[in-house]
Amino acid sequence: MNYELKKMSFKDKLLSSYIALEDYLEFDSPLHDVRNNAIKIFEEKGFPTKKEEAWKYTSLNSVLKPDYSVYSNKERNIELKNVRKYFLHEIDTYKLVFVDGVYNSFLSETTHDSLDVCLMSSALNKSKYKPVIEAYFNKVAKNDSLTALNTAFTKEGAYIHIPAHKEVEKPIEIINFSTGNEAAMFLQPRNLIVVGENAHVQIIERHQSLSSNEVLTNSVTEIFAEKRAYVDYYKIQNDEATASMIDNTYISQERDTVCRVHTFAFGGNLVRNNLNFYQKGEHCDSTLKGITILEGKQHVDHNTLVHHIAPNCESHQDYKGLFAESSIGVFNGKIIVEKDAQKTDAFQQNNNILIDDKATINAKPQLEIFADDVKCSHGCTIGQFDEEALFYLRSRGIGLKESRALLMYAFANTVLESVKIPELKVRINKLIANKIGVSLGFEL
Amino acid sequence: MLKIKDLYAGLEGKDILQGINLEVKAGEVHAIMGPNGSGKSTLASVVAGKEEYEVNRGYITFENQDISELDPEERAHKGIFLSFQYPVEIPGVSVTNFIKTAINETRKAKGKEDMPASEMLKMIKEKADMLEIDRKFLSRSLNEGFSGGEKKRNEIFQMAMLEPKLAILDETDSGLDIDALKIVANGVNRLKSKDNAVVVITHYQRLLDYIVPDFVHVLMNGKIVKSGTKELAYELEEKGYDWIKEELV
Repeated sequence: MNYELKKMSFKDKLLSSYIALEDYLEFDSPLHDVRNNAIKIFEEKGFPTKKEEAWKYTSLNSVLKPDYSVYSNKERNIELKNVRKYFLHEIDTYKLVFVDGVYNSFLSETTHDSLDVCLMSSALNKSKYKPVIEAYFNKVAKNDSLTALNTAFTKEGAYIHIPAHKEVEKPIEIINFSTGNEAAMFLQPRNLIVVGENAHVQIIERHQSLSSNEVLTNSVTEIFAEKRAYVDYYKIQNDEATASMIDNTYISQERDTVCRVHTFAFGGNLVRNNLNFYQKGEHCDSTLKGITILEGKQHVDHNTLVHHIAPNCESHQDYKGLFAESSIGVFNGKIIVEKDAQKTDAFQQNNNILIDDKATINAKPQLEIFADDVKCSHGCTIGQFDEEALFYLRSRGIGLKESRALLMYAFANTVLESVKIPELKVRINKLIANKIGVSLGFEL
Repeated sequence: MLKIKDLYAGLEGKDILQGINLEVKAGEVHAIMGPNGSGKSTLASVVAGKEEYEVNRGYITFENQDISELDPEERAHKGIFLSFQYPVEIPGVSVTNFIKTAINETRKAKGKEDMPASEMLKMIKEKADMLEIDRKFLSRSLNEGFSGGEKKRNEIFQMAMLEPKLAILDETDSGLDIDALKIVANGVNRLKSKDNAVVVITHYQRLLDYIVPDFVHVLMNGKIVKSGTKELAYELEEKGYDWIKEELV
């Protein structure tokens, strides 16, 4: 009998877990229908396979194998001194900290004072948040199977609501720790971020495994930028080699908004970033930038979408990748320009360096343009280190390893230089130095 | 200081240099002239250790040690400096940070501590002033968006900072107007001493009015076909290279 249970697929396990979850749910809530619809979508579609165009270069098979525990209701204690390094502790920040998917009040610093930085669980349960939940929850997220799976199980995550004209004075950190106390763990954080008219916010998101047990995270973040809002979002992916993640981020931009997402992908086993921007009003500005540095058998897949729906908008994409050993990178950047989105200026750049012969990069720009008066450009390069540049540096007495490191910095610099939080920039510099195993004795 | 003996070197099995013999002693200035494609830059790169070139015969010694098998950085640590004809742009790394890294890497290779920051700063200021380099220039990304003249001046600045025993200046005069040329030449002359040596590679005699050579060599088809004193440079300027070809026949 036990044997039979073990043979159950992860999909079946999730479906039966949902039935158990339903018993705890708010039956009268409109959310209940959303969940039921979502689980149906997941049941129908299942996990994506390589047969789907968007998943051609990334297979989830290996990360779906472990016998993940789907719930962890026990509150785990972790000591600040052990995890302090994962916080941007050099400056004051708001903090939303989750341990194995459960909110940790001890490590967090929330607020309801002129803005809400709090929990999805309380937003879902308290009536005062009901109008916001009803207006925004699951309104920009796509109905693909992984997002639907997250929606069905929505329980905890960050709930951030910035009222109109509020300039948040310090960054907000969202940190998801996993302790690995369960043998293998499946986590599904769900974040909702609503940035009011003319409000400004900076957010840093990080996922960190604290053990070598396997973790799979299927995260969904919805961000709504009301007109003239400014959102600056940083994703730091520097997790353990046993941690895998599927990140689904959806950004809805009203007119005159600026939204920027930087993704620093240095760690983890398998990471899939589904980053989607929807420009719904005129004069939107979207920035998607990333630095990916991989080694070993790491696999990182950036799947971006910029959907130009309204006219006179801009988008800027700049992804830099450095791939060592037998690591695999994927960049699949899709730009859709609708018929009405005249005067769109869409730019996409993806540059890759293969450090070793066994490393792989699959790059696929996709442009679907239905308007006639637009400026769209994309450039993709795959190369090795510039031998002439290496010789130049070495001829000045700088060793091969350090010279390569300098060239990596130089290569990644166009992304790094647009990080607007100085302390974060220093941190990322250090992460890069660690990752490439060289300290250059200066910050860029 | 530098001895090149019967050197054959080139790319993919094809020798560009075909039996070079050259000796440069401490305190000397040598000029190597020659038409395009004669192998001047190849010679400079081979001495500095560019890996894509294969040395097929002969050897290069520096201070009586065979350096043919050494990495470029090891040659730099020994005191060989090459001023590039086309310096490479390195975005995101400032001139100052670059030179600091180069100096401290060289010190590290010699088992020395990093140069104290105050000393480094003083030296940077002194050398920048000597070459009339604006302080703002030093915080710009290395060679990125530099004019031809700025790139060359920056090469000489690096030379001034690294204080090499042997400096090879590859077409340092190209891209320089007369004022910049004077500043650069003046910088090189001030760095000159009885303990170091300079090899100037150039197409034109112009630079040699300011950096006066003790010896002039003519390189043609990968061989030094004629050597002489600075008067040879004037003769070449006046008559071109054809008369040497005729002489050789």
